[in-house]
Amino acid sequence: MYNPQLNAQGELVHLLTTEGLPRRILTQILDRAGEFMAEVDAGNKKFPTLAGRSVFNLFFENSTRTRTTFEIAAKRLSADVTSLNIQASSTAKGETLLDTIHNLEAMGADLFVVRHAQSGAAHLIAEHVKPGIAVVNAGDGRHAHPTQALLDMYTIRHYKGDFTNLRVAIVGDILHSRVARSQIHALSTLGCPEIRVIAPKTLLPTGIESLGVHVYHDMAEGLRDVDVVAMLRLQNERMSGAYLPSTQEFFKHYGLTEEKLAYAKPDAIVMHPGPMNRGVEIDSAVADGERAVILPQVTFGIVVRMAVMEIVANNQQQAR
Amino acid sequence: MNKTKITRTMKQIVIRNGRLIDPLHGTDTVADLFIAEGKIAGIGAAPAGFVAEDAIDATGLVVTTGLVDLAARLREPGFEYKATLESEMAAAVAGGVTSICCPPDTDPPLDEPGLVTMLRQRAKNHDLARLYPVGALTVGLKGRQITEMAQLREAGCVAFSQGDVPIADLQVLYRAMQYAANFGFALRLRPEEASLVNDGVAHDGEYASRLGLTGIPVVAETIAIAQITQLMRATGCRVHLARVSSGAGVAMVREAKQHGLPLTCDVDINHVHLADVDIGYFNSQYRFDPPLRGVRDRDAIVAGLLDGTIDVICSDHSPVDDDGKLLPFAEAERGATGLELLLPLTLAWAERAGVSLPQALAKVSSTPAAMVGFEASLSVGARADLTVFDPGASWQVTTDALKSQGKNTPFLGYELKGKVRHTLVKGKRVFDA
Repeated sequence: MYNPQLNAQGELVHLLTTEGLPRRILTQILDRAGEFMAEVDAGNKKFPTLAGRSVFNLFFENSTRTRTTFEIAAKRLSADVTSLNIQASSTAKGETLLDTIHNLEAMGADLFVVRHAQSGAAHLIAEHVKPGIAVVNAGDGRHAHPTQALLDMYTIRHYKGDFTNLRVAIVGDILHSRVARSQIHALSTLGCPEIRVIAPKTLLPTGIESLGVHVYHDMAEGLRDVDVVAMLRLQNERMSGAYLPSTQEFFKHYGLTEEKLAYAKPDAIVMHPGPMNRGVEIDSAVADGERAVILPQVTFGIVVRMAVMEIVANNQQQAR
Repeated sequence: MNKTKITRTMKQIVIRNGRLIDPLHGTDTVADLFIAEGKIAGIGAAPAGFVAEDAIDATGLVVTTGLVDLAARLREPGFEYKATLESEMAAAVAGGVTSICCPPDTDPPLDEPGLVTMLRQRAKNHDLARLYPVGALTVGLKGRQITEMAQLREAGCVAFSQGDVPIADLQVLYRAMQYAANFGFALRLRPEEASLVNDGVAHDGEYASRLGLTGIPVVAETIAIAQITQLMRATGCRVHLARVSSGAGVAMVREAKQHGLPLTCDVDINHVHLADVDIGYFNSQYRFDPPLRGVRDRDAIVAGLLDGTIDVICSDHSPVDDDGKLLPFAEAERGATGLELLLPLTLAWAERAGVSLPQALAKVSSTPAAMVGFEASLSVGARADLTVFDPGASWQVTTDALKSQGKNTPFLGYELKGKVRHTLVKGKRVFDA
């Protein structure tokens, strides 16, 4: 299938999903993020890469963490950053998504970071922006959250070195999770031989096995001997009603406790995309425990987003 | 829009040397066909006293009964920004469609005899295709109070339906079926349980899971078919299921027919050719209601057409403007333009499935005609509603090539075989390419 993220030379010009991206591009992003990390560790926090370029953070859906890390990343690259919470403005007045985009293009945008409640919104925008403008998906509906998945890959590589011997378990609300889908595609491409998903049947999408994962409904079985436990956030609105009977019941069966984590390898790491619901999907003892790498994930998120923005903006620049 | 010059007098016309395909009788011969007084006056030899005032040379062309479309939205009244009677009637005859059933989901819905009378009169004024309105089954399509079906029938409604709006309350559906059975009216029902559709936008399968689109499970269709067939047994009502989409649904219809239930069904031409995997990267041209299902479902639809389980192919013509499609998939409007694609896409199916032309054309003309209540055949005395087309002529589906105001279809850019050359309604030439 035609891949709208790549130009004719096979270079990344938008980041919309991790699906279908060649390993060379995933590795290129992780490597570049590593270089930025080394610079940051050495005390250098400002780079001229995007000087004079305009980055628009378009958040059609609420987010604090992702928006902030994108903002910081863009500022470190010396871009002019404008963050818009569109929910409360144009679309509420009836403007269509593409009208909003075309107006911002007219204001001189070079790169859009987009979060939207509908799957495919970032694809739609990428298809209709002017040549030379890059689109980075910051989460669309249930579909994809590629920068989160890439920072997770960065984290795994940082702690585990390599993907080709790992067992990774993704736990929780897979059905509604854009993070899980993007993680699965990225892990597969990077050579992870065993990806497991653990969830009750009500929180699993139909035919998820087709993505190459092993399905578990039981934490003890699913976590056995895994190297990485990637927890997902459970949204409050799903905690009662038809998906789940109650918070307590979910926590009892699928919440990550020290006891359940004991099934994993002793050196297993625990990841979480945040924000966490303590006592729902994860116990505080685990979240604050020595195997949790949740705060380093946040730090890595900035350099990964810097790498992504630099790569797509540079590749688009050459197209102009 | 290019307006075709139309001769509107009741001329005596001869169509010479055409390949006459009568889908009703399954015949396929080359002969001349003579038209007088709006009817077929003779085949092979001219009737006594026939003086040809007009002639069509149909050498190398197929001459068949006009296409009858069981479901085409003309968008009037209420949605004239999407399409008008005038634009869609022109599209119909350009596609060889001579009779159209329009669902009642207009604004206001077709729930009053006066509205139906007015719509029919407006259609008559355009004097192109014939229009057969389908009346609303409940007032305002709200699913609470049944309409004055008998009066709607007198005003010209050929059946009753909720359009795409399901009835939530089975008690209402039960009473509506009892009432319709009382008069012998047929209902056209979309088999869909709304609570299982919920906020779904695509077939609940691997592809929707991959794209993160909310799924509509097949059970939303099969539960509804089970309910409808049970209510048919209880009430004796005749039902036509509109747009069956799944293999399991086709199997249930097959079984119900084997048990002798007075059940018929149709499928729309898009579902004969397309499946969920065609959605690609969220292409909203592929958003349909019901959703495009899996490849195996599509194959089951083709098999159901071949064994007669599925009686009719319709266009499910739904002109949508660009504003309705240039949105994220889940927010985009459903449907596609279809009146001008019904014939070539039916021919494409026939060619691929190895179905004879008379058999294929029966699915889009004589069989739906019988459901509307008239006989479509190439026999002396029958209506001279005719489609003359070149089965081998290729054309590309482009926005310019379509007369419909709706330019959106997943088949844009396709090269299709089967070009309508002439369309006659009531013995008059209403379209000449």
